Amino acid sequence: MRYWIALCSIVLVVLSCSKSDETPASAYVPIPYQLDIPTLFQEKLIDPIIPINNPLTVEGVALGKRLFFDRILSIDNTKACASCHLPQQAFSDPNQLSVGVSGGLGSRNSMPLFNLAWNFDDKYFWDGHALGLEQQALEPVIDPNELGHSDWSSVEQKLNNHPEYPTLFNQAFGVSTITKELVTKAIAQFERTLISGNSKFDKFLNGEVTLTPQEQNGFDVFMDETRGDCFHCHGNPNNPLWTDNQFHNNGLDASFTDLGLGEVTGNPNDNGKFRSPSLRNLAYTAPYMHDGRFATLDEVIEQYSTGLKASSTIDPLMKKVDQGGVNLSDQDKADLKAFLLTLSDPSFINNPAFLPQ
Amino acid sequence: MKRTILLLILASLSFACHEDPDDNTTPLASIAFNFTHHWDDTLINSTNLQTEIVTNENGEVISMSRIRYLVSRFQLINTSGDVYTFDGYKFTDVSDETTYNFTPEINNIPTGTYTLRFIWGFNEADNMDGAYQDLNTENWSWPANLGGGYHFLQFDGMYNVDTTASSPFNYHNGTARVSDGVFEQNFAVINLDTPILISSDASIEVKMNIAEFFKNPNTWDLNVLDTPLMPNYDAQKMMQENVMSVFTIGEISF
Repeated sequence: MRYWIALCSIVLVVLSCSKSDETPASAYVPIPYQLDIPTLFQEKLIDPIIPINNPLTVEGVALGKRLFFDRILSIDNTKACASCHLPQQAFSDPNQLSVGVSGGLGSRNSMPLFNLAWNFDDKYFWDGHALGLEQQALEPVIDPNELGHSDWSSVEQKLNNHPEYPTLFNQAFGVSTITKELVTKAIAQFERTLISGNSKFDKFLNGEVTLTPQEQNGFDVFMDETRGDCFHCHGNPNNPLWTDNQFHNNGLDASFTDLGLGEVTGNPNDNGKFRSPSLRNLAYTAPYMHDGRFATLDEVIEQYSTGLKASSTIDPLMKKVDQGGVNLSDQDKADLKAFLLTLSDPSFINNPAFLPQ
Repeated sequence: MKRTILLLILASLSFACHEDPDDNTTPLASIAFNFTHHWDDTLINSTNLQTEIVTNENGEVISMSRIRYLVSRFQLINTSGDVYTFDGYKFTDVSDETTYNFTPEINNIPTGTYTLRFIWGFNEADNMDGAYQDLNTENWSWPANLGGGYHFLQFDGMYNVDTTASSPFNYHNGTARVSDGVFEQNFAVINLDTPILISSDASIEVKMNIAEFFKNPNTWDLNVLDTPLMPNYDAQKMMQENVMSVFTIGEISF
């Protein structure tokens, strides 16, 4: 009997709720966007982070993509986000330091953009100072060495006076006034769709292809604590992000001109620490390191093999620093490089969904 | 969809209305575990993990960068020998206080006097390679060529920091490799004999004395055993022995 009473009560509640859920015919309801998550990610990783206050919608993602490639966000209409985050470079910049609207240079290498919804600590930039992609996207627009505005009001004005953007924002967010918060929400939505999970090594893990003996040995070097020991910071087959997204001093310098995380936290123990980048798409993301100091992968591998420099905050995972590093053999270095290149994903940089129309 | 929601609500109502068969017996208590970390008498937490300079049993002066570990299969055993097993496992990062507490999902036990038992790491049945998404995401896997599964401990730091020649150590524990393709389980069953009186909902403090990793029964010489230790069978078995004295029962809070 109690169950019947409960059932009737709930039916009443549901019926009354369904009445109020009806949408006025005049309001446009954006269509939920389903992320295309690789099987390997579904099996191995916890779900991606999608903020409750910024769910993905077809209209929001499309709007974010248009904004990402639109030079309207720069003060003189010469630069877009994509000017320093080029799709064919896995959304990084082949220049060591990116050139802003006024010709000024940034201070660090442009970070590649993919698999950002799996950055679970949600800290962005090399030093992690922006919490959330929406916060991250606020900065470049008003950085004098990037898109060059002194504040967001002029950008908002341009967008509100645009013949198409007000309609697009209305369809995506149901509002008539465009604000910086909505601009970065849209861009963040697009960025969360940038998923890369179809490299040769992904296919190997899915049983679709085999590795060459050289690539296999390179993988063994990567996973061997006595040789490369790369996996403690850069993932493994069970963490196919190929990064821990944590902050490390990887022994680049004996003293620091850029404090990295230490500048953000004010803690001297964090000086010289930067976020581990993913090793996916290395074929497209040169130059390497936070300051883009290395033009080639060979230089990067040599750094870990013989170039380590001790400092007060060097990560203890940097082994044999007194000998400059793990001193890999020439064969192991070549094989490690061959393996690393299997993590690159041509289908990502050629995905039409990520390219300008 | 609405039908599914309705069924779920009904199911939960049905569960809530179900009479508990223990209603007229011993009161039940809910248990939480709170892990604290110490270097002998010094409390170690996120604020001093990277600044505390300590000396190990063998005399090396060390600094610590990172301590993360895994424990599982918590069991409370009462004086009659009845065993209450708690689901789940606990991954702790000493730099992150939010990981110190562990409250099992289903954990009502009768009030009484208990001792605590848990597994250091995962036992053989639980240590399945790649099976736990949250641990994969923590970059916690143990390499397949060392037996796979997961790390039990990652303890990184520098030793001889009182000299001009400090060096890294990576005291990492997991499955022991006997030889190529031959592996030996390396988890440990931690039995803590201290009686725990549970009179109502309680939080049990479990204290980790980090210094014990270097002390008992094997006095650890970092000058000999610093890194790499993961593929070192003897080092792995010495860690398994030393962890037995790392944990003790602390305060019981109600």
